[in-house]
Amino acid sequence: MGTTASQLGKDLLSEYQELTFLTKQEIMLAHKRFSELLSKEDRNLTSVPMEKVLSLPELKSNPFRKRICHVFSTSDMKDGSLTFEDFLDLLSAFSDSATLEIKSHYAFRIFDFDDDGTLDGGDLEKLVNCLTGETEDTRLTPEEMRQLISNILEESDIDKDGTVNLSEFQHVISRSPDFVSSFKIVL
Amino acid sequence: MFQNEEDTVIDSDGRQERAKEKERKKERDRKRRRNVARRASSARKEGKELEDRPGREERRGRKKRDKEGKGKGGEDERQEEVKNDTVAKTQKNFSNENTRKLEQKEIEVVGEEDGDTEEKRKNGRSEKGGKKEENGRGETVEKKQKKKRVETSAEHESSEEEEDEEEKVGEEKPEVLSPEELEKLKEEVDERKKLISTLRGKPWPMRKKLLTLRESHEFVEKYEGALGKGKSRKLYAYKVMMLKKWMKFQRDFENFKTACVPWEMKIKEIESHFGSSVASYFIFLRWMYGINMILFGLTFGLVMVPEALMGRPYGSMPRKTVPRADEANAMDFAVLWDFGGYAQYSVLFYGYYNSQRAIGWLKFRMPLSYFLVGVGTVAYSYMVVIRTMARNANEDGGGDNNSFNFSWKMFTSWDYLIGNPETADNKFASITTSFKEAILEEQESRKDDNIHLTRFLRVLANFLVLCCLAGSGYLIYFVVRRSQKFALEGLESHSWWERNEVNMVMSLLGMFCPMLFDVISALENYHPRIALQWQLGRIFALFLGNLYTFIIALMDEINLKVNLEREEEEVLKLNMTIWEASLYNGTLGVNSTAPPITVHPADIPRGPCWETMVGQEFVRLIVSDTMTTYITLLIGDFLRAVLVRFLNYCWCWDLEAGFPSYSEFDVSGNVLGLIFNQGMIWMGAFYAPCLPALNVLRLHVSMYLQCWAVMCCNVPQERVFKASGSNNFYMAMLLVILFLSTLPAIYTIVTIPPSFDCGPFSGKSRMFDVIQETLESDFPAWFGKVFSYASNPGLVLPFLLLMVLAIYYLQSTSKSYKQANLELKKKLQTQNEENKKKTKMAALKAAMDLEEAQKAWSEAPRQQRNNNASQQSYTDREKKGGEHRAHQGKSDHQIPPSATSPPAPRGHRIPGPLPGNQWQPAPSVQRVPNSQRH
Repeated sequence: MGTTASQLGKDLLSEYQELTFLTKQEIMLAHKRFSELLSKEDRNLTSVPMEKVLSLPELKSNPFRKRICHVFSTSDMKDGSLTFEDFLDLLSAFSDSATLEIKSHYAFRIFDFDDDGTLDGGDLEKLVNCLTGETEDTRLTPEEMRQLISNILEESDIDKDGTVNLSEFQHVISRSPDFVSSFKIVL
Repeated sequence: MFQNEEDTVIDSDGRQERAKEKERKKERDRKRRRNVARRASSARKEGKELEDRPGREERRGRKKRDKEGKGKGGEDERQEEVKNDTVAKTQKNFSNENTRKLEQKEIEVVGEEDGDTEEKRKNGRSEKGGKKEENGRGETVEKKQKKKRVETSAEHESSEEEEDEEEKVGEEKPEVLSPEELEKLKEEVDERKKLISTLRGKPWPMRKKLLTLRESHEFVEKYEGALGKGKSRKLYAYKVMMLKKWMKFQRDFENFKTACVPWEMKIKEIESHFGSSVASYFIFLRWMYGINMILFGLTFGLVMVPEALMGRPYGSMPRKTVPRADEANAMDFAVLWDFGGYAQYSVLFYGYYNSQRAIGWLKFRMPLSYFLVGVGTVAYSYMVVIRTMARNANEDGGGDNNSFNFSWKMFTSWDYLIGNPETADNKFASITTSFKEAILEEQESRKDDNIHLTRFLRVLANFLVLCCLAGSGYLIYFVVRRSQKFALEGLESHSWWERNEVNMVMSLLGMFCPMLFDVISALENYHPRIALQWQLGRIFALFLGNLYTFIIALMDEINLKVNLEREEEEVLKLNMTIWEASLYNGTLGVNSTAPPITVHPADIPRGPCWETMVGQEFVRLIVSDTMTTYITLLIGDFLRAVLVRFLNYCWCWDLEAGFPSYSEFDVSGNVLGLIFNQGMIWMGAFYAPCLPALNVLRLHVSMYLQCWAVMCCNVPQERVFKASGSNNFYMAMLLVILFLSTLPAIYTIVTIPPSFDCGPFSGKSRMFDVIQETLESDFPAWFGKVFSYASNPGLVLPFLLLMVLAIYYLQSTSKSYKQANLELKKKLQTQNEENKKKTKMAALKAAMDLEEAQKAWSEAPRQQRNNNASQQSYTDREKKGGEHRAHQGKSDHQIPPSATSPPAPRGHRIPGPLPGNQWQPAPSVQRVPNSQRH
């Protein structure tokens, strides 16, 4: 991984353009930012550890930042570290022009905290806790939590198996008016 | 038997690699191998699978090794392998999406407990091969296999189908590359190309995408050359090359286009600080700026510049000269600020333009151009607004709003653009309250407290608002009338306030009435979202009322002037002849052959020019509106922020958290302001061509000023609203405004005769006569004839009728589509229920079978050694299923996870294959081992 944007090969750049929803400038910018994250440590590393990625201002205040890293990371250690290609995948999925399909797919995987392929009660509870923030006063009471989760399952769990699977999730999401406009991260 | 065949395959492969034969030969080889593979797979289908497993494992391992060794040659092999694996499901009509879903399901079947399936899927193929060799146990290997199938199937499914068919052709004529084969090959190549173009939409990790892309590119390049012979081949190659170049150009052009969009970084910064709703205002502002740029280009390029360059210069005729009486202070700043003096007699206003038919060496048709630009401005605006609305409506998706209330709150409420901790905190709080509110609403939806009081309060609030509206309307009418009186008496005798009363009153009303409405709406106790809409509607009504009162008052004035003009016209013309005659008389005595006397045009008397007056009014209105906006911004936001920030050190209560605090950015108010500003531009642009230019300037300054103000003195909203929900709402308002603002403009153009001595249409009885004039003099006679035939009522009326019918037809088709959508949705739901029942049955049966099998197992332990692997894995799978079900807990439906019926996303829109077809293989897969055993 190079330190300057010019080290991104021309062929590779065009391939990246073909494979992501990003434009050339965005890929260059992404590369620049990514190399900045790397530059402090030794430059032979190809992947940036999760803590570094989380220090990006775009992700800093996102409650799902760790999940995002885990979902897009392809490292074998499952430590959430990102290579440049993973990073591009992330930006592509969160870009303006990405399709609803791909956005909802990744959203599902981000919300699927235990990686079991469905959103069950535990996942939903964690999700609510993420959304309501860390402080005590914004937390929901257990009673409210129970009510909320049962309401959600009532709505979205079409086959009534107690969990929300990917297709149910996409079904719900595809009707939402503002999912595509808010599921965005721009460098 | 598998062993042998496989050997031949590898042999042939080796040969292929060594000799590098011609393409045709290769093609034949591939086909033969495929036939082998097909036979193999069909054999497997007959149920030999279990016995042959170890052999297959070994074979796989070998193949893997081969592949790793050979690299390039591996591609074909892999395809073939895929074939082996996926023959079982040769449903032709599978779209890629469906396969993906299937894939998902199979993963659930295979590895329920290993949560890292996804991670493993991500690993490259080669790694998997390596792992496979290490693992000896049949169970895991089987799992891997499945996964492998899952992975590769989605990748090659599409091309594979093609190959299947191609192969049949190959069997018939193995020697020649027939046209059909070529066709097939071409289709395959096209398929690959399609894969390449859709690759970015696949949720795969980049490494895999890159691999697939490169493979596909290689494939396409390899076989593309084989298509076509001789001449057509060259042509084809050329076509392909051009296509590539074109694609590259398109991509570069896209890049260029995005690079051209201004203020991207500014908006991004705001987005991260305030979320998408505040940013949406700035995006709207930018959009407006773009439209105004185009309007400005039209008026500037086709009206102002030609007149300034090619028209007669300033001072050459009365309409282009400041009258003698005003000359003294025509350059005063106060006069110029009011757009009087030299500003009034310049290209900025209607009156300056000459009615000369063609000007300059270009023979530019000035009056025609003026008229067409006026019409074009309006037409373009309509087009843009309606197009945007249609696009937004498409994105909206529409549909049931209430059915997923909670789920939407849960899944879509976080705004991923937020990058500011403070905003994030606000967002957390607002999400929490929205959750709590929703729960409360759900609980209290039945009982409602004292509905009569609420009703009374709401009626009262509406009454108060109506009073406000009426009051403001009357005030404006009164003020405009008073200003007319002042104008008649002469402006010089009045103070600054009296001269600018109208604009000031309108601006002040626009500023304070919304606040009043806000206070009133507290009475109503609506849900915030509904309250916002009411508020917007009221402000809209206020602005509209004000604008229309203003116009009506102005109209009165115009009529007054027009009547005056008519009387005056005669008098004036008479006067002018007398006056000229007197001049002549004066000089006649001295020298009768003297050259005609030249009178300075400033001295020639002229009639009032109501068009210029209207234009001036609008320009003044815009300027004062702009000023008020900026000043409110500076005082209301900046000064307040400074005071709160610095007085807080020496104040008795906390100013930042307490009463004044910092201001929030008022998205809806600002958007409305923008919309009304635009309405005034549309209304006045015909009489003051400078208006779009002025507006561009204003928007440009606004962009920077408001960006700065937002970043330095506003705090994020407490309730962070989403942007997109009200997007089309704003657009609809813009459309209404556009319509309402073109109405008076068109009315004046059509009904009121233009002034006789100023403007491009002077001397005509109506402005649109210019069209007729052009038709008569610039086009050949037959054209005029055709036009007159075409425009007679006999043709126009049927045409209008046709259009109405077309609209009616389209309307009813869209209605029927909606109906069809609903039906499909219902169908989907019933299908889901049926599926549920079926899976339940299947699960029950499977459970019973399992019990029997276990019984058999206990009766004859260790009888069938060679069946062990499959049985074990099967029971394992069942157990996993059971665990999973237990994990799910409460639900008493015993559905194996494999059978969760997918309600295809957007299924009601795309009438694709219904879910029932998709998962039907699943139960049969489960039952296969059992039926074999019995």
